[in-house]
Amino acid sequence: MNAIIAITVVLTTIAGTVVVLAGHPKRQALTLSMFGLTLTVLFVALQAPDVALSELGINALVVPLIILLVAEKIRARR
Amino acid sequence: MSRRIRLGVFAVGACAVGTMLVIAFTGLPSFGTQRHPYGDRAVHMSVHKQTTSNVVSSVNFDQRATDTLGEEFILFTAVVGTLVLLRELREEDERDESQEKRQIAARGLPSTALVSYVMLGVTTLVGLYVVAHGHLSPGGGFQGGVVLATAIHLLYVGGGYAAIRRARPVPVYEILEALGAGGFVVLGLAGTLLTGDLLANVLPMGRLGDILSGGDVELLNLLVGVEVASAFIVVLSRFLEQYAVVGARRPTTR
Repeated sequence: MNAIIAITVVLTTIAGTVVVLAGHPKRQALTLSMFGLTLTVLFVALQAPDVALSELGINALVVPLIILLVAEKIRARR
Repeated sequence: MSRRIRLGVFAVGACAVGTMLVIAFTGLPSFGTQRHPYGDRAVHMSVHKQTTSNVVSSVNFDQRATDTLGEEFILFTAVVGTLVLLRELREEDERDESQEKRQIAARGLPSTALVSYVMLGVTTLVGLYVVAHGHLSPGGGFQGGVVLATAIHLLYVGGGYAAIRRARPVPVYEILEALGAGGFVVLGLAGTLLTGDLLANVLPMGRLGDILSGGDVELLNLLVGVEVASAFIVVLSRFLEQYAVVGARRPTTR
């Protein structure tokens, strides 16, 4: 179990760094979704399925969707 | 305040918080140990007193229900704030009709639509299951509500803006959101009236593991499910509306 936790912590760190380095909000929205997925796996590995479910819904789906819609809206207005 | 004074004030605060964090962290039990004094008590309360096999739900909706009440209203206020910010501005009223019709008529490929409609049913069922079993298995009103809210947006993926606009009358969900948040308060005050404590349990506990058990926890889960699903549907409707309809006055470069 500790190996799974270690691997998912490394994956989460990489995914989080990728989000920061992605630069443009649209690319950040997609990488944020992947970051949410790695965090979900980490929470499952740490035996917190309730938090994992929230993480999956909010961080992997709703927040990236809102960021995408806003980025597109701002682009259309320019 | 000059930059130097601000930095000085920040340094004092940061040092104090940093010191306290270091002291607190060094006092924590190390990772992965077997001793969990709070966890043991929470599990005991949850299983033996409240017949709620999902201990997290018992903590959220009974042992620490007042915290959850506060969180409910954080979400409620955030939604109201978003609605105020995203209301239609006067300058945005003059829309280009043809642009609007093109956006509304846009829809996905037939294969995408098929997958979306099949997944709409599956996702809705999963959402209802997660809400209804909040006191028994992982999940609950919040998680299930989010699943339900995302389910209805599969209509947008499959059928475009026209499909989702027909399927979800936003005013209905605005009312449902308020009813969900208000219901939480009403049930909390019922606890005050009957026992003297806010959010104290007033419903029969039932038998551990039954679908109708857990007392207030189950009903609070249902109310939170209604509120969260409605809140996300209402907020996303405004964002979608801004994207698909409003402000299409100037032609986009797409």
